[in-house]
Amino acid sequence: MTSTNYDPRVLKALHPVPGAPDNWKRFFTFNTDAKVIGIQYIALALFFLLVGGLLAMVMRGELITPPADLVDPTVYNGLYTMHGTVMLFLFLFPILNGFNNLLIPTMIGAPDMAFPKVNAAAFWIVPVFGVVLLASFFVPGGPASAGWWSYPPVSIQNPLGHFINGEFLWILAVALSGVSSIMGAVNFVTTIIRMRAPGMGFFRMPVFVWTAWAAQTLQLIGLPALTGGAIMLLFDLSFGTSFFRPEGGGDPVLYQHFFWFYSHPAVYVMVLPVFGIFSELITVYSRKPLFGYKFVALASFVITFLGLIVWVHHMFYSGTPQWMRNIFIVTTMLIAVPTGVKVFAWLGTLWGGKIRLTTPMLFVLGGLVNFILGGITGIMLGTAPVDIHVGNTYFVVAHFHYVIFNTIGFGIFAGIYHWFPKFTGRMYYEGLGKVHFLLTFIGATLNWLPLHWAGLYGMPRRVASYDPEFAIWNVVASIGAFMVGVAAIPFILNIVSSWARGAKAPPNPWNAIGLEWLLPSPPPAENFEDDVPTVISAPYGYGLGQPLVEDEEYYVRRALEA
Amino acid sequence: MTTTNPDLQLNHRPGHIKHDGHNLTGFIIFLCSESIIFLAFFSGFALLKITAPEWLPEGVEGLETRLPLINTVVLVSSSFVAYFAERYLHKENLWGFRALWLLTMAMGTYFVYGQYVEWSELPFSLSSGVFGGTFYLLTGFHGLHVITGILLMSLMLYRSFLPNNYAKGEMGVTAVSLFWHFVDVIWIILYILIYVWQRTT
Repeated sequence: MTSTNYDPRVLKALHPVPGAPDNWKRFFTFNTDAKVIGIQYIALALFFLLVGGLLAMVMRGELITPPADLVDPTVYNGLYTMHGTVMLFLFLFPILNGFNNLLIPTMIGAPDMAFPKVNAAAFWIVPVFGVVLLASFFVPGGPASAGWWSYPPVSIQNPLGHFINGEFLWILAVALSGVSSIMGAVNFVTTIIRMRAPGMGFFRMPVFVWTAWAAQTLQLIGLPALTGGAIMLLFDLSFGTSFFRPEGGGDPVLYQHFFWFYSHPAVYVMVLPVFGIFSELITVYSRKPLFGYKFVALASFVITFLGLIVWVHHMFYSGTPQWMRNIFIVTTMLIAVPTGVKVFAWLGTLWGGKIRLTTPMLFVLGGLVNFILGGITGIMLGTAPVDIHVGNTYFVVAHFHYVIFNTIGFGIFAGIYHWFPKFTGRMYYEGLGKVHFLLTFIGATLNWLPLHWAGLYGMPRRVASYDPEFAIWNVVASIGAFMVGVAAIPFILNIVSSWARGAKAPPNPWNAIGLEWLLPSPPPAENFEDDVPTVISAPYGYGLGQPLVEDEEYYVRRALEA
Repeated sequence: MTTTNPDLQLNHRPGHIKHDGHNLTGFIIFLCSESIIFLAFFSGFALLKITAPEWLPEGVEGLETRLPLINTVVLVSSSFVAYFAERYLHKENLWGFRALWLLTMAMGTYFVYGQYVEWSELPFSLSSGVFGGTFYLLTGFHGLHVITGILLMSLMLYRSFLPNNYAKGEMGVTAVSLFWHFVDVIWIILYILIYVWQRTT
């Protein structure tokens, strides 16, 4: 489909932007434009999703039969460790930072991030530590094999005695990831505080910006604790200290505190922006204002606060005294309140709405259903009496995959489809998108729903071989996992072919309300430049007939004519 | 874009967003985050000290406090010197600023020297149990911050010789002196934890 007034030279001169097929090289340079960096993050993260997914496929292939026949148990230890690490530090954090880069400036009307160079540097650290982490497959002794949480004393064993070993590279990669994340977090928070469009008070910000702000605040508070713990772990591993070595007077449980003080909030760092994506998409695709907008916005920071005081629920079986368990059971239960506020607000928005079942909306609804399941099992696990029985079984694995893939992953896919036309300037193929959704939803359900039962019956996690009584759950789970793997094909096909030759996207294909939809698709390098709209009403005014900004018609036409 | 309907542009007021000048905000956010890493080390230190069955390694009686106290006094007073250097800069007295700024740097350097002397005379090492590990980790990590502070200050000193560099404001100096006060406060807490709180039950 070619439009008659399309002249590539004029287009390039007007806005040398991401998405123009002739200047793809910019994505491989140290570019300081937040929109280029955003796409760099997302593309790199999707590559690592394939890497992490491949590791998962090997693991599910191994687990389809009870004995350890496909891979050696030692290799299997490395596989799950690297699978978790790659998925969190190389897929989820980078891809969400990609969304932050694309959406925060455009949603608040800012021309770019507050510190564009820091932003670009933060991105380029990611491929560096990606290489460091993957290189650990090739060092003597193989990659880190102590699980993604890297608990001592297992993690500080160094049987081969090499200075550079898998665990060493793992700690290095995590530390670099921390540096990158802190640089990103300082940038995002400063941008949100200082660079909003005129008239955009805090309670006129889109919920995605609220949730990104809350999530990045968590990064700033939590991440240094992990860094501290990682430094001490590195000293124990490589320089002969004994912070976590019981034989030298150290305390291995101390590491668990450092680790979970960050890594529990890390879940909220990942899920909060997805709550933002849910809030943005549910309003657009049901044509209603967000039910209880202020509560949804503030609940993000309530989650930030509570998220920082629940970490010991991961350590109920680490010799934690009963009084401490009691405190952390209560705080864990409390976190269901702000989360419940959000879920009710989304249901209230959907109720009586004019729902359009586009691919992104399907992913949101699927993700929402999964989140309720994952949330309820989370409450179960937050109760010490249950957790002591099912901790370290497949019940835990099923629970956190329901949150991390079936909710966060679904939200990420929804966001990619929803904003794809905006930032590439091309429409995706709806049919392929729906195939992707169906395969993912059915596959993910087959994969993780049965594992709840396997866990309740007592199948331990992190083992390559298991009792044959668990075989049936694992066969179903493996079939589901392979479906999720196959689902990558329609997804990649859709993204690549529609970006290359999809129909050109109008500025606002979904009739959405928001500053980013007042920009051309794809937006020019400096977004609104020095002609930023003045915001005059609250977001999500669907069906209310109020303009979002002063002279809205002027900006709509400007975007159309660009 | 010139083809936009002129009627629409008639009463249009374009809005503006400041591109730069956000550095201090960003730096303060960074410092808050950086303080958490010390908080983690301090709480780890306290926990290990309270729960350790044998705190002091064999042959170690405790820590000498006289030299570290002198060091503390020097470092804490250097914060005040830095404050007055900044005041001079506000009054556009560049030479006054340079003199006091250099004095701050000298005091910081003396502190690092004092730390070096203390480290070289200690009878225990990094691998002497949890006591040795935490001692060198905390003082070493703090020392790295002091050295960073001195390097940043020398950068600011160099920049004061660039023509008209401070005519539009002195964000860099404000940020560095903020960093210096931060390093100072951390040291006070560290001194109390390591040197004052020596007795174990």
